[in-house]
Amino acid sequence: MIGVTRKTARAMLSRGVNATASVRTHMHFKFQPDDAPAELGATEKTNMCNAIKSAIDIQLARDESTIVFGEDVKFGGVFRCTDGLMDKYGSDRVFNSPLCEQGIAGFGIGAAVAGACTIAEIQFADYIFPAFDQIVNEAAKYRYRSGNEFDCGKLTIRSPCAAVGHGAHYHSQSPEAYFAHTPGLKVCVPRSPIQAKGLLLSAFEDDNPCIVFEPKILYRAAEEQVPVGHYKIPLGKADVLREGTDMTMLSWGTQIHVVREVASIVEEELGISIEVIDLVSILPWDRETVCNSVSKTGRCIITHEAPITCGFGAELQATITSECFFDLEAPPQRVCGLDTPFPHVHEPLYMPTKWKLIQAVKEVMDA
Amino acid sequence: MLTRGLRKVVRPLVTSVPRSDKFHPSTQSEFINELHMIDPMEIERLPVYRVMDRSGKILRENQDPKFTKDQAIKMYKAMIKTNEFDRVMYDAQRQGRVSFYMTNYGEEAAQIGSIAALNPDDLVYAQYREAGVIFYRGFTYQQACDQCYGNVDDKGSGRQMPVHYGSRELDYVTISSPLTTQLPQAAGSAFALRRAGEKRVVMCYFGEGSASEGDAHAAFNFAATLNCPVIFFCRNNGFAISTPVEDQYTGDGIASRAPGYGMMTIRVDGNDLMAVFNATVKAREIALSENRPILIEAITYRQGHHSTSDDSSRYRSIDEVNMWQKTDHPISRFRQYMMAQGWWSMEEDAALQKSLKKDVLTALVTAEKKKKPSIDSMFEDVYDVPTPELERQKAELMEHLKQYGKHYNLDQYSQ
Repeated sequence: MIGVTRKTARAMLSRGVNATASVRTHMHFKFQPDDAPAELGATEKTNMCNAIKSAIDIQLARDESTIVFGEDVKFGGVFRCTDGLMDKYGSDRVFNSPLCEQGIAGFGIGAAVAGACTIAEIQFADYIFPAFDQIVNEAAKYRYRSGNEFDCGKLTIRSPCAAVGHGAHYHSQSPEAYFAHTPGLKVCVPRSPIQAKGLLLSAFEDDNPCIVFEPKILYRAAEEQVPVGHYKIPLGKADVLREGTDMTMLSWGTQIHVVREVASIVEEELGISIEVIDLVSILPWDRETVCNSVSKTGRCIITHEAPITCGFGAELQATITSECFFDLEAPPQRVCGLDTPFPHVHEPLYMPTKWKLIQAVKEVMDA
Repeated sequence: MLTRGLRKVVRPLVTSVPRSDKFHPSTQSEFINELHMIDPMEIERLPVYRVMDRSGKILRENQDPKFTKDQAIKMYKAMIKTNEFDRVMYDAQRQGRVSFYMTNYGEEAAQIGSIAALNPDDLVYAQYREAGVIFYRGFTYQQACDQCYGNVDDKGSGRQMPVHYGSRELDYVTISSPLTTQLPQAAGSAFALRRAGEKRVVMCYFGEGSASEGDAHAAFNFAATLNCPVIFFCRNNGFAISTPVEDQYTGDGIASRAPGYGMMTIRVDGNDLMAVFNATVKAREIALSENRPILIEAITYRQGHHSTSDDSSRYRSIDEVNMWQKTDHPISRFRQYMMAQGWWSMEEDAALQKSLKKDVLTALVTAEKKKKPSIDSMFEDVYDVPTPELERQKAELMEHLKQYGKHYNLDQYSQ
């Protein structure tokens, strides 16, 4: 090797250490685990990445037609969600695709049309856009345009999304709103390992093209006692995580854990009782659960990481306003990402932080 | 008529019934009367152009680029500059001082040999593994560290991840993470520059994995059909993260695709600085005089991990990496040539590395101490001028920070 030894370089480096660390090491949320329903049987402590791997493993075992592919999937995936699966099931079923998202989507649609259970990975949700034409113009419309002669219901696309602390423009996006605008697709966002595994197993069996956006920051940070066997969490159903009477707070993914913390804080410090709902499914979304809740509490805050203008919160706010108008004590509010590309060093200011939420709770209660 | 600068089109449009039965009217190809499926294996693999052998000895005198001592040292120093920066910054990431880093190990000649063959104002589009290119152009260690730290002096205002360099002054378009997006853009820029009468070529770097994206097909076809003076420079380094070339393509690499688009092409030894240089000089000449794109495929080897988020020992053997390092390292090949000319010594090498390492550390420590860009700056450049809604969101954030600012570590931002 050319140059000074690594040891010397490190020594030279440490002499110049500055007190203020440049890298954010703290996370903006604290993951809150849930208990698995008892009827789902034996559980094991599992993080979200391994829970996802378990879902894929189970599907590969139970359905011989199942194939899993994407960029770097063969060696285990950049997030290790397919680690060991190629060794177990062979490279005919667990394989690398060339580096081409439009190819991954189109090839995936075709495999599903021909009857294979198809699990396609888009390495980062920020890179799903070359596949947008295939997903929106083809996958979503396949059944409808052919009069049900053909469909690609066996297709599931899974993709890591959302803020990770230092991902900036192209490793942090939450693109669910673009796809929510497309009839024919199903879209969901798990908040936890139990959810991720169960939602994926539902998506694999659902006869519609499904997209599962997995918040990447939860891959290692989220650990729960996850049922080891096969189980499904239904698509299209929201989850009431905490019952309350004063206000409904609605979100999905990583942001749910910020909401849960805020709910505890405002209960303890201000005596405000928050009902927390995880939407879980973006498309179709559970109007009944959400509107029942807001009609009960009379107040609502919707929060997501994606930029506020035309984020999915806009759909929720519009529907809630028209359905629950006469039960509302205050206008529904949104606390979301700013209308800028996702910034690097300013991420803590861009995000819908717990402080922004606490301020919003106070304002809505005072309205 | 828009014929200024256009190369002469060889195939005229045939609108009347052909006089001869020998050639198909639309393709001008000969008719044959025996059924024959062409197997790609019948077609010879494109050869690899090389000037120096692995020990830096020039194989054919007539291919010697005839560098002066100053030219050679300038290029060599740029390679070492890149290499030293990589070492220090990789460690800095491991220590938590920067969030992310990507090294250029093993690709220094592919980067420096090519950029050195261009004019300073030729427009460069790159992917992310071309720091040597911008360093050669004059980007300083301080500027690079400022970008990696995203501090107040970062040209990108702390918006992107580390190594996403750019400089209008140096004609290096700011890079973005999505792969291959720069290729069609490079073709378009070349078209516009040609129409403007500027004698500037566009240089576009990308990896072999990147060439699998649809944007590559679009770029090659547009560049060829629209007479764009662009050089598509492919760094074929063997891997796209963990994906080896065997999983990326089955054909004869990237260069072999060019004739399919009507594009000129050459495959070069990417670890041979002279070969890269010669090929790029020639490509520039052809691109500008004939207004056509050229594809250069530089065969090299990614000696480092994909990034600080990757551990390549998971998918390739350390023996393989060591083999390339010992037997075919671009820096040592050129150094051996320079030493054989009496232009360089191991003492100078050690002194250079030591002094550059000190320079990186100085730049790093300086960058670390600087504040981050102001909070206001987050709302700028979304548009040329912020919209009323953006102004409203900025005001709302400032109001929020008045009350809750103590939770946000606001001291790190400049006013």
